[in-house]
Amino acid sequence: MMRIGVKQWFASGSPWIWLNGAAVAISVIMVVGLLALIAVRGLGHFWPAAVLQAEVSVSGQPTALIGSVADEEVVSADQLRDSGVILAAGQDSAKRLLIKAGNRDVTGADFVWVLEQDLRDITYPEDIITLERREWGNFYGRVVAVKEAGSVIAQRDSQTDAAIWRLLLQRVERSLAIYDDIYEIEKGAIGQINYGMERLRLRQRGLELKGQLTPVAQAELDAERDLLNQRYEGLQQQLVDLYTAFERDSMIGETMSGQQLEINLSKIVRAFRANAMTGPQKVSFYASKLWEFVSAEPREANTEGGVFPAIFGTVMMVLLMSVMVTPFGVVAAVYLREYARQGPITRIIRIAVNNLAGVPSIVYGVFGLGFFIYFLGGNIDQLFFPEAAPAPTFGTPGLLWASLTLALLTVPVVIVATEEGLSRIPRAVREGSLALGATKAETLWRVVLPMASPAMMTGVILAVARAAGEVAPLMLVGVVKLAPSLPLDGNYPYLHLDQKFMHLGFHIYDVGFQSPNVEAARPLVYATALLLVLVIALLNLSAVAIRNRLREKYKALES
Amino acid sequence: MNDNTPISAPELDFETPALRRNRSLRALKDRFTTVSVGIGGMSVIVAILLIFVYLTYEVVPLFKGADIEPWGNETSFYQVGGNASSLHLSIEEQNEVGFKISSDGEVNFFATENGQIKATDRIDFGTQERISAFALESNVSRLFAVAGDQGTILLAKPEYEITYPDDQRLITPSLQYPYGEEAINLPVAFGTPSLLAVRDAEEDLIIVAANNQHELALIHLTKEENFITEEVELEAELLALPALSSMPFRLLISPDQRWLMAIDKEANLTIIDIRNPDQSSLHAVHKLSANPLSDVQWLLGGTTLTVADIEGAVSQWFMVRDQSNQWSLKHIRDFAPQNGPQQLAMEHRRRGFVTAAEDGKIGFFSASAGVQVHSEKLLEDAIRFVAVSPRANTMLVEDQAGQLSFWKVDNKHPDTSFTALWQKIWYEGYENPEYIWQSSASTNDFEPKYSLMPLAFGTLKAAFYAMLMATPLAICGAIYTAYFMAPAMRRKVKPLIELMEALPTVILGFLAGLWLAPFVETNLASIFTLLFVVPLGTLVFAYLWAQVPKDARWQLPEGWDVMLIIPVVAALAWLSMPISDVIETGFFDGNMRQWVSEDLGINFDQRNALVVGLAMGFAVIPTIFSITEDAIFSVPKHLTQGSLALGATPWQTLTRVVMPTASPGIFSAVMIGMGRAVGETMIVLMATGNTPIMDMNIFEGMRTLAANIAVEMPESEVGSSHFRILFLAALVLFAFTFFVNTLAEVVRQRLRQKYGSL
Repeated sequence: MMRIGVKQWFASGSPWIWLNGAAVAISVIMVVGLLALIAVRGLGHFWPAAVLQAEVSVSGQPTALIGSVADEEVVSADQLRDSGVILAAGQDSAKRLLIKAGNRDVTGADFVWVLEQDLRDITYPEDIITLERREWGNFYGRVVAVKEAGSVIAQRDSQTDAAIWRLLLQRVERSLAIYDDIYEIEKGAIGQINYGMERLRLRQRGLELKGQLTPVAQAELDAERDLLNQRYEGLQQQLVDLYTAFERDSMIGETMSGQQLEINLSKIVRAFRANAMTGPQKVSFYASKLWEFVSAEPREANTEGGVFPAIFGTVMMVLLMSVMVTPFGVVAAVYLREYARQGPITRIIRIAVNNLAGVPSIVYGVFGLGFFIYFLGGNIDQLFFPEAAPAPTFGTPGLLWASLTLALLTVPVVIVATEEGLSRIPRAVREGSLALGATKAETLWRVVLPMASPAMMTGVILAVARAAGEVAPLMLVGVVKLAPSLPLDGNYPYLHLDQKFMHLGFHIYDVGFQSPNVEAARPLVYATALLLVLVIALLNLSAVAIRNRLREKYKALES
Repeated sequence: MNDNTPISAPELDFETPALRRNRSLRALKDRFTTVSVGIGGMSVIVAILLIFVYLTYEVVPLFKGADIEPWGNETSFYQVGGNASSLHLSIEEQNEVGFKISSDGEVNFFATENGQIKATDRIDFGTQERISAFALESNVSRLFAVAGDQGTILLAKPEYEITYPDDQRLITPSLQYPYGEEAINLPVAFGTPSLLAVRDAEEDLIIVAANNQHELALIHLTKEENFITEEVELEAELLALPALSSMPFRLLISPDQRWLMAIDKEANLTIIDIRNPDQSSLHAVHKLSANPLSDVQWLLGGTTLTVADIEGAVSQWFMVRDQSNQWSLKHIRDFAPQNGPQQLAMEHRRRGFVTAAEDGKIGFFSASAGVQVHSEKLLEDAIRFVAVSPRANTMLVEDQAGQLSFWKVDNKHPDTSFTALWQKIWYEGYENPEYIWQSSASTNDFEPKYSLMPLAFGTLKAAFYAMLMATPLAICGAIYTAYFMAPAMRRKVKPLIELMEALPTVILGFLAGLWLAPFVETNLASIFTLLFVVPLGTLVFAYLWAQVPKDARWQLPEGWDVMLIIPVVAALAWLSMPISDVIETGFFDGNMRQWVSEDLGINFDQRNALVVGLAMGFAVIPTIFSITEDAIFSVPKHLTQGSLALGATPWQTLTRVVMPTASPGIFSAVMIGMGRAVGETMIVLMATGNTPIMDMNIFEGMRTLAANIAVEMPESEVGSSHFRILFLAALVLFAFTFFVNTLAEVVRQRLRQKYGSL
């Protein structure tokens, strides 16, 4: 066997090749690791974590603790000693657990850090319940009694745990059903009435400004207003009844420290006993949580609940943007490649367009804010919406301007991709068409554009993928942390271009960094990030797939 | 059979009306398409141009000088009140009403436009006294004090009540006595007060008077609110002050009621510490100018003294606290010299002032930047008095003959010269001139600090650390992928890395801020250990692999070595944890983070440049990787094959043939990557503390231009200097990335041509 000397080995250059290989390996590991990190953290959140019960004995004073482990880390002993923790001599490090103990209304904080070594008698009792509430976060503890209209109907002393639990579940289900009705009335019907009232006010003000507010018109407006008011009063009565029914039941819970707490069932979103769940139950729980995440509205300052409005807002914005960007991008590319005289000017324009793709997105945001919102929007308001003044209609960030800004941001992507497609079409094809007597327009429409369609499609999808992930410009031109209503609803004119909207990317920023309860919100941010990554990866992959398919289709022509 | 039918071409009449119509329709459609494509294409291109034009349009007003013109079409002069000279002139907020106190005690409110009197009053001491001294508290409070020649002092202010009868604005002016009409009396022994100063604060009001023997008296008034009438009543206390050696012509009290400044005509300034009014002491004496002075006034905020001498030199001075907590007056800056003695008029809401000279010339100045914004000869006669309106958009000018004239001033952005944006400026309260970005604060008289330097520095710092991480990894990775990797594997690896380019940066930023930053803080040592362990470990492994018998080595197809390296690198990364523990205990007292901040004395922020470098480097890698890979891969194959055929090793071929050919492509890749790093917003926003500091320290954060825009734009007032400076920041970013990208693009096109010829 021949041994290679170090010197000779270095002379061969092979170590450097290996180092280059290591660079690829690092890149690949980082990419995969990042995706795995997001996936694991994002998907893990919805799994019903086991709830532990233990005694924490810090400096000889045992206190009870109920909660689920949210995070863990190893901390060096020095650091702990510095912060005043007493550790055994010779101990190098200790494992620290972040326990989600909930009951924020009692203890003031959702999370506690404890050292694993301080925990005694860890058990996972099946009778511990978790309540997801509309406010104050989760409740962990036990049920003591269930009450109906103030009187106890089931109690721990007289009934088995299982019986109380069943009763509680039934009651929670009932209140959830009522909640749906209330929600429908409040958001749907009453929202509609409010919207109608606002439109009436604007109409009146508009007539007033034009000097056409005749008594007849005024009477007409008043009649309509009365109608709305009557409907509102009817609904209001209905609501009062529903609320009475809604708030009928309550339960008494016992926290880890034995404190008893009355919780009205109307405050409960979900009740479960994580430790008592069987495998399939856990799976179905997981599925329902996941469904809630993508279909429900956020709760508790966006730290709980779902992200549906953000998904909806993102999709709306991206759709509007592609409607705007596609024709313009394609026309510009066709002009540059097919109509404009090729020369230094087109070359300069091409370089400029190419470069615009590299201009920071925030610059587009600044432009959008200044030009679209303050300049265009301000003038539109003056011309068409004088009745709404001084409240701005289009002179404020909104869906239309956000889509327009992103359309401008992504138009270079479409132009570049389309141009590339156009440049690939052989001259012979065009000349053949022209020789057969087709006009230039016909050649373009029947021959060139169909052949370039894969490239156009790719361009649009890449543009959409870029737009879906951009956040910086949107912060200036239209996103909000919490939009009161969706930009598309049942109120005329149905699509509200002037409204602000929620966006997945901004949701990540906002919940992750601006939220008052970052610790509680973090898993949700991971889940949102995962959703966004999936959407964008899907868009990119479909761009590739569509390109390949269409390319196959027109391959015969290309060869 | 009859074969005689003549064979002829089918009768085709191209000139039938239907075909003609069809043809002209088609021609029309063709023309229509040409025109509409032309319009559409041009409009997109114009829209793109518009970005540049619009940003410039918003920025240009920043650098436009000021302008002054008569209020009406031409200057109209008018006289208000009698011939007595003015003690004080001012304009109210809406520019409609002017206010004049004459030396004979007459008070007039008049229409600024034409001098029509709106209300008249008198300063009435209740005795037969003539006004002997006058002092304005500040432009903002409008409160003033007047003293009669027998020592009676009155406090009053002009008040403007705005009502809207019939939807029309109506301003009703009146003279009010906020502390009651009861006069404050100086002791008879003091004699005639010839000079006065007044300063109002939350709880106390201080009046200082000087008599002709240049003795000083301080009246300390404690405010007490009457619980029943809610009127403020004053409790007076008379205190003595050290006597002055010469007769002052100006007495000034700082707003914190700590310093009393007495300035005499010969430019001698005496500073008296009156923080404890009953134990006031002489603090310092300064010479403000070699020449006698013509005017001295506080700048907005009452910190900076603006001094004008009779030769036209204008300078500024303020108190600076040094490290040992000692206050001393410092000469801060000189302005462009003017001609002859100058009168000063201060702006109410900005650190700007106006000079007026005996030759009728007016000068506008911005104090922070120390620049003259504008100069214009307004009148033929000497100007005796100038008053600037609260919004600094009009001014009243009184000439030698007591004639008033009203002027429109267009001076929107005096604070934003090149000096203010890019050079060191000595701001109030700082020990030295510095680069500071601080655009807003809670108080009204806050001095805005608009130095773009810390932001530009932060931008480059973030980009530098990002490139430091990304460039080697991306280029080395691209070399391997393009040149050594098996095609089948390349087809998988390349899209995988390129997928990262599409990953929203908000996700990277969020991970960097919430996951990576704490991770780096606790595992600081392992991050640095990784730097050494991974390359060295890879080399060791590669050497060992070279010792493996050929038969075994050749089991692995050529170009699939990465499959081997990936687990090795992963294992090495894992291994660096325990190794770093050993190193940490051995060299850094067991905790490198603490060692950095305590032993090295370097500030350590959790969200620092290292984290930004890692996260943004990650975002930039795919950009550089992709373009470099393309450049290397498209080096013509016959070049490399020729080199290999001549006996060069693959590595020699790479370094001597492939890299030189591809180097322009690599250059443009790095340029484009840098363009991306410079403009990246979300990662920096989330992964740093966004503090605008100028420090290259890797363990501290920064604030970049882009992040600054994202943070401050939504709160900035439309059309304000701040708003436009943010536009300027955007324009700078735009221009920089555009330039860098164009450079890269041109280089790339050259490269393409070169390949074409090979």
